[in-house]
Amino acid sequence: MEKINTILEFNKTCVSYTQQTMAVKYVTAQIEKNSITSIMGPSGCGKSTLLRAVNLMHKLYPNIRVEGEILLNGENILSMNPIEVRRNIGMVFQRPTPFPTMSIKENILSGFTLNSIRLDKYQKEEIVEQTLKSVSLWEEVKDVLNKKGTFLSGGQQQRLCIARALALKPQILLMDEPTSALDPIATKHIEDLLIELQKDVTILIVTHNMGQAKRISKHSMFMYLGEMVEYDLTENMFTNPKDERTKAYLTGQMG
Amino acid sequence: MGDKIFKIILFITALIIPLICGGIVYALVTDAYQAFDYFGFFNFLTSTDWNYTEGQEQYGAMPFIIGTLMTTFLALLFCIPFSLPVALFCGEYFKGRKIASILSTVVDLLAGIPSIIYGLWGFFSLRPLIISLNISPQGSSILTASLVLAIMIVPYAASLSSEFIKMIPDDIKESAYSLGATRWEIIHKLFFPIAGSGIFSSYILAIGRALGETMTVTMLIGNTNAIPTSITSTGNSMASIIANQFGEADGLRLSSLIAIALILFLITAIINMIGKIMIKHSRI
Amino acid sequence: MKSNLNIKQRFFKDRSIFVIVCVFSLLSSIPLIAILGEVFVKGISQFSLSFFTLPTPTAYKVLKAVEQGLPIPGGIANGIIGSMIMLLIASAVAIPLGILCGAYIADNSKQRFAKFVSYLTDLLQGTPSVIIGIITYIWIVIPMKTYSALAGSIALCIMMLPLIIRSTEETLRILPSSLKEAGLALGANKAKLMLKVQLPSAFGGIFTGILLAISRVIGETAPLMFTALGCSFIRLSLDKPISAVPLLIWEFFNDPYQQELIWGASLFLLTFVLTLNLLSKYLTRKWKK
Repeated sequence: MEKINTILEFNKTCVSYTQQTMAVKYVTAQIEKNSITSIMGPSGCGKSTLLRAVNLMHKLYPNIRVEGEILLNGENILSMNPIEVRRNIGMVFQRPTPFPTMSIKENILSGFTLNSIRLDKYQKEEIVEQTLKSVSLWEEVKDVLNKKGTFLSGGQQQRLCIARALALKPQILLMDEPTSALDPIATKHIEDLLIELQKDVTILIVTHNMGQAKRISKHSMFMYLGEMVEYDLTENMFTNPKDERTKAYLTGQMG
Repeated sequence: MGDKIFKIILFITALIIPLICGGIVYALVTDAYQAFDYFGFFNFLTSTDWNYTEGQEQYGAMPFIIGTLMTTFLALLFCIPFSLPVALFCGEYFKGRKIASILSTVVDLLAGIPSIIYGLWGFFSLRPLIISLNISPQGSSILTASLVLAIMIVPYAASLSSEFIKMIPDDIKESAYSLGATRWEIIHKLFFPIAGSGIFSSYILAIGRALGETMTVTMLIGNTNAIPTSITSTGNSMASIIANQFGEADGLRLSSLIAIALILFLITAIINMIGKIMIKHSRI
Repeated sequence: MKSNLNIKQRFFKDRSIFVIVCVFSLLSSIPLIAILGEVFVKGISQFSLSFFTLPTPTAYKVLKAVEQGLPIPGGIANGIIGSMIMLLIASAVAIPLGILCGAYIADNSKQRFAKFVSYLTDLLQGTPSVIIGIITYIWIVIPMKTYSALAGSIALCIMMLPLIIRSTEETLRILPSSLKEAGLALGANKAKLMLKVQLPSAFGGIFTGILLAISRVIGETAPLMFTALGCSFIRLSLDKPISAVPLLIWEFFNDPYQQELIWGASLFLLTFVLTLNLLSKYLTRKWKK
């Protein structure tokens, strides 16, 4: 693989639920800064589990263990304070999750309120406008900023959630099948947005949609049964997969 | 069996509940009428006398209404610092783990203990403590009754509150964590707003429980028929005056006691209705 | 843009609150242990065969025993038998009635009348038990001109009804709708469907509901004070005053000479009630799997 400007690095990363079953086995890979990287694989292959480990989500659940290293700019995040890590690494989930009691504006600012960061009125307005513009939602919602986030359509809600994560200016944005609950038009919208966003933030996206991976990502990783089978430039992987299992998956012979 | 006959049988059995409820209201109103008629409805409510010496009979509900409100309010106050942590313990911090199910079983068992046994425990264990701490000379007081009442309503408030906290979807929770906040910041700034009305309604229902609690209060409140002057003074609640005097009462006094029962019935009915409506509207 | 609290402070606050939550949660379990402990320690010494087979002593016998410095003779057999009789009659009426009424509400849940009945069930469930006592006094004791076991049974029955209705209704409501559809597809009519399919499949939930209802009413004192009244010897007739365990506890509490018997009776009642409670919890968990 060619020399890249690495921001995130997996080093023999393993995730296990119990002593016997390993959901992710010894993944080693480097993620390029300011690009989109896709993680693909059939359901249950461990792709979401790996992604969630980057956000230290496993620390919420006592039975999940992560071993090996995950390095952010060369520092192992597994031994870092989860709050610092999560401030630098945002995450967007499968289902849009605007906070139901908060308005659109409050949702955007929720990263600050939850972290007990006080902002003055002008900072707030600037952040709300900038962030909403960056996810091209500003024009649609600028007149209803005080309405609840849950009033928006599914696609708008998901863009609101992306904006909420971006408001904290993270270095990496993790996305766990962010379009699987959306219709094709909303999906297209989000994909265009991600391509636009990669100049500011590194995006790591889990998807079961091969087309999506092909359309937006520079690098792709294929996982199967917890193992990283192949990791390459997307172009190379789709035209010339090196592993039989990747080939089977890409040609639709595998779930 | 024919479908029609079956339907009719079901319908007739369902009639029993409106009949009982209608019967309760009818019986209470007709038997309370004498007292309301004699003293005047408003006067009965606000009068503070309770005198059953023949010839000078004078009955008023105010001391007992105030006694009930004081015990209920204090019980609620003492209950919150315990029921809220239990709700968070079982609904969030240790959700789905063995220790949470043990604690919730323990707290639920509190709801199963008969109120007369709470009364005994309060009388023989708590009352001596109150006396030795010099809080109240005879140990029986509004405070004593409220403390035991608080223990009795903890399970009602805690189990319902924890249900509402549990109902917050996992992905909302994870989204909040992914923004980098501590657990308390998330509970305080996100969970309380989301589950707030549900938690509030669980306390309304707990109040409904405390209002009508009879034996415990009767055994611990000290049974004086005057408006309590402080939380350490003795008094009587609506339920406890009934329990105390119903057996020996007749005529105007009996009617006055039934009038108090009617007022108690209406207050609990309203409180419970508010609670149930709030619960319905707080489902997430 | 500065955090007004640094991370260390925020973590400290988070930890402190976690500790407070744990401490207060554990404190909440102390009353149960304290009550169980006190009742057990003081009550177990009174348990003997005669405690369960003899009725409460008469005032004369008590005085004599006190004079001679002997332990108070007698037991709580009259209370146990009275409680069982009233519970049996109350259950015999409340269980079938409650199940049918719950079935009606679950079956017609969209109809106005069923909603009304459901609401009144809540109302009845929330009604203080002392008021149920007064009502039964007005309905039964006054016309019969005597306190009676029958009146006590009716008071307990009224208290059991809403509990059984609720558990029946809730269990029927969460049955998979495929069950109903499969039955209807086989051509069963509504009556057969309810009696042969739905109610039997809801048996677990209804049964635990009944156990809980029994454990709730068996400890009730207030509604029995104005209906069953109490009686110091073993009686089996329904038209005369009768005793019950909680009534005996109340009598012992008010009679300084008999306070020795109070803890044995309480331990018996508490054991009975908590066993039913735990059993129903256990069964609920087992049947949910």
